[in-house]
Amino acid sequence: MAVDDAIKNHAAERRLFVLRTVVAGAVLCVLVGVLISRVMFLQVWRHGYYETRSQDNRMRVQVMPPVRGLIYDRNGVVLADNLPAYRLEIVPEQVDDMDRTLSRLSRIVEVRAADRDRFFERVAKTPRFRGVPIRLNLSQREVARFEVNRGDFPGVDIRAGLTRHYPLGRVAAHLVGYVGGITAHDLSLVNDKRYRGSNHIGKTGVEYSYESRLHGDPGSRVVETNASGRSLRELEMNRPTAGESLYLTIDARLQSAAFEALGDNDGAVVAIDPATGGVLAIVSKPSYDPDLFVDGISHANYSALVGDLRKPLFNRALQGQYPPGSTVKPVMALAGLETGSIDSQQKVWCPGYITLPGSDHHYRDWKRSGHGWVDMREAIFRSSDVYFYKLALKLGIDNIHRYGEMFGLGERTGVDLPRENSGIMPSRAWKHGNRNLPWYPGETLNTVIGQGFMTTTPIQLAQMVSLIAGRGTSFKPHVLRAARNPGTGKLVKTKPKPLPPIELKDRRHWQVIVDGMRAVVSAPRGTAYHYVGQNLDYTLAGKSGSAQVAGLAQHQAAPDLADVRRQLRDHALFIAFAPIEAPEIAVAVLVEHGGGGSSVAGPIARQVIDAFRSEQPVLQASNTHRP
Amino acid sequence: MSTSATNAPSSLSEWLVYWRIDLQLLIALICCAALGLFVLYSASGQSQTMVFNQGIRLGIGLVGMLVIAQIPPEWFRVAAPWVFAFGVFLLVLVIALGDTAMGAQRWLDLGVLRFQPSELMKLAVPLTVAAYFRDRSLPPTMRDVIVAAALIAVPVVLVADQPDLGTALLIAAAGGFALYFAGLRWRVIVLLILLAAAAAPLLWFNMHEYQQGRVLTFLNPARDPTGAGYHISQSKIAIGSGGLFGKGWLNGSQAHLNFLPESDTDFVFAVYAEETGLLGVVALLALYCFIVARGLFIAMKSQDTFQRLAAGSLSLTFFIYVFVNIGMVAGLMPVVGVPLPLISYGGTSMVILLASFGILMSIHTHRKLLAT
Repeated sequence: MAVDDAIKNHAAERRLFVLRTVVAGAVLCVLVGVLISRVMFLQVWRHGYYETRSQDNRMRVQVMPPVRGLIYDRNGVVLADNLPAYRLEIVPEQVDDMDRTLSRLSRIVEVRAADRDRFFERVAKTPRFRGVPIRLNLSQREVARFEVNRGDFPGVDIRAGLTRHYPLGRVAAHLVGYVGGITAHDLSLVNDKRYRGSNHIGKTGVEYSYESRLHGDPGSRVVETNASGRSLRELEMNRPTAGESLYLTIDARLQSAAFEALGDNDGAVVAIDPATGGVLAIVSKPSYDPDLFVDGISHANYSALVGDLRKPLFNRALQGQYPPGSTVKPVMALAGLETGSIDSQQKVWCPGYITLPGSDHHYRDWKRSGHGWVDMREAIFRSSDVYFYKLALKLGIDNIHRYGEMFGLGERTGVDLPRENSGIMPSRAWKHGNRNLPWYPGETLNTVIGQGFMTTTPIQLAQMVSLIAGRGTSFKPHVLRAARNPGTGKLVKTKPKPLPPIELKDRRHWQVIVDGMRAVVSAPRGTAYHYVGQNLDYTLAGKSGSAQVAGLAQHQAAPDLADVRRQLRDHALFIAFAPIEAPEIAVAVLVEHGGGGSSVAGPIARQVIDAFRSEQPVLQASNTHRP
Repeated sequence: MSTSATNAPSSLSEWLVYWRIDLQLLIALICCAALGLFVLYSASGQSQTMVFNQGIRLGIGLVGMLVIAQIPPEWFRVAAPWVFAFGVFLLVLVIALGDTAMGAQRWLDLGVLRFQPSELMKLAVPLTVAAYFRDRSLPPTMRDVIVAAALIAVPVVLVADQPDLGTALLIAAAGGFALYFAGLRWRVIVLLILLAAAAAPLLWFNMHEYQQGRVLTFLNPARDPTGAGYHISQSKIAIGSGGLFGKGWLNGSQAHLNFLPESDTDFVFAVYAEETGLLGVVALLALYCFIVARGLFIAMKSQDTFQRLAAGSLSLTFFIYVFVNIGMVAGLMPVVGVPLPLISYGGTSMVILLASFGILMSIHTHRKLLAT
């Protein structure tokens, strides 16, 4: 040891060590500087960001969606109901590996291929921060099983909620409409803040047109949560405001009767109370099950509905535009009287056809043999075409257009239901604008019998009858009778809006056309006498119409293939109101390719009015809630 | 020694010298440990049991430290090679029949207590290297460097094989520091750093999958935000949301609402930073720096090569603990299991740390008065 000591240079070693310590100290200072800069970066520079992240971690805003308002008929029968349901929702933004999550989830709750497909379809159409249901209507067992394993599924949650149910089903599908999942497009149309936490939005019908009143306003709950997502305490609470409950002018009993009356036909029935404009029944057939849409319709069901050639989703009552046929004759007759073109007593020779000067085209009467000498009343109840052809030549298209417009033809009625069409009440200006062609005299003849370019919707016809029934005064068609505010409990009734009144130079002219319409069902030679006018215990005025679908060539025989024949068959129409003296109901019936207006559409109108007048007790007493 | 026994201490400074206590180091350590108990109380969700347990361990550690301080440093020099050999034997034993805890064989069940031999090596390796250089002329010859490197490499490889990369790196650092203070040539140091960089890919392919995962996650925490990256994201949120002055003691929501995993052990710094802010972090780092500086001061004052190298390397190793732990929690480096000295909950590592301070105190208080 002594030998080694001799070799060691203690002073040099000490110097070496001091140098090494100084270098180490310097490096140490640099490293401490690195740590402090890093912490400063996190705590000062990025403080705001991490502060927010920490708050997001800690606090969870739970949106409490409002309860959607219910929809009732005029007697308190529920048309749209809320049912309790548990659903399983996934917020795509919060899930990293969706496939893995789904496969693990399927071990706990049943997830069928159809659920998956529907889920991915909806994920594609929904903002990523919004929950999308993967399973609906979970059983109690499934709810319990998920709750136990909930910690393993970030971004997946059970939602207790309400789902929409339509007790009347297909009977009122087009009227009430349905709610469905909210798409990005839907959100762009509404105030999306109100829809945080909501799953449904009105897609069509009353659900759509009164969406903003039915929906209500969401509340929110700010809760402190721990890392496993359990709520520890409530920091803040705003209760949601339920949507308004709506009471419609509809009579569920009459709605069902009208639906039954149409049978297997494709067509529409609209019944209006002329004293208020309130729609009593509005039916379109074929119909569909609105419950299918509520929680996301499956692809198969949707393609079946869209692919159906009978177009069940199409609301014929509002969107269907059909030539009105002879149902417009009373209005044309009134135009004749008012413009002084004809006197009601004046008889006109009806040989079964008419030709125009300079042409050998035969404008035919529906009755080949003609009606002989007819006055106005007879021309209405026997529905003479030639009488009106001759009247049209005196009236001219301008007057025809003016009177048609007076009765609301060619214009949307503005009923509080979506997607109404306007139909066409042709005029010179219309034809110039749309076809860039002058008006030809022959077209005037077509128009006066509700053919040619002219089309109307069933609700327009119902409004027209309503105006006739009210002798020039009636109200805008509407379906909302009253709404109840959930906060105040106050029932606010809708004030009917009067239509522009039709002032006649001579009010007795109303009597002339109403007499003609009464005779349609009550005169033995009236077109509907046999089909509609039997065993009446009230007074009824009506008018049939048979609207040609495809003009047949002059002497061509109809093709004999059954379905082609059906497609070429006339549309059957019937308008009616009752009782004549103090009208309570005005009805328009359309049966697509039904054939005869009197024989097919007439009895349907009669059934509807009979049902209205009978004193049947209200159906579904258990579901009722009187406003 | 014999004279001090007869001359009873009359003043505080004499009493301290008599009991081999370095007051500055002791106060700094006690401050740090007391702070640690407060942080632990908050981080453990106000568990009195855990604070009590930790307090007991601290007490044992401090008493152990003072007992070690009584031992003359020569004894450590003599014992170091034997402890080293025994430690290597135990490491081999652990591999042969060790307990498996948390997927790694680190523990040796001694019946009464479970013992982690790798912790012992954190002391034994630097002391052995220092003892080796005691009688050699410095700077060391190439032959001496190779021998010292082999002394370091054997336990490092054994510990890394357990696998416990964090402890292996700490042991390597402790031995390396002794070599550094011995005067390892700068060009060799540079060469070693270059070699280490070149060997990184090799190391990568020899890593366990979970270790590779940690590195990947460090490089990109968003890679696995719910798994391994979750630690780092949550601890960064905790630190960042603390701001300048912190959320206040017991008010750190990250730890209390369980967002921060391992908040009372390896990640306790995040809780501290969340509750005390930048101010508290700077204060804690100052305290740590003071301890390290005191250690280096003791090293410079010591009179013997062994003591100098031992004191220097133990002090720098303490700093490495601090740097690696805070660097990891703050997202500067991959997650390795290194506790925050004197604050993280846990027994063995704290006892070993305090033992190393006992050695420092022994070195400082056993100086002979040299006539100069």
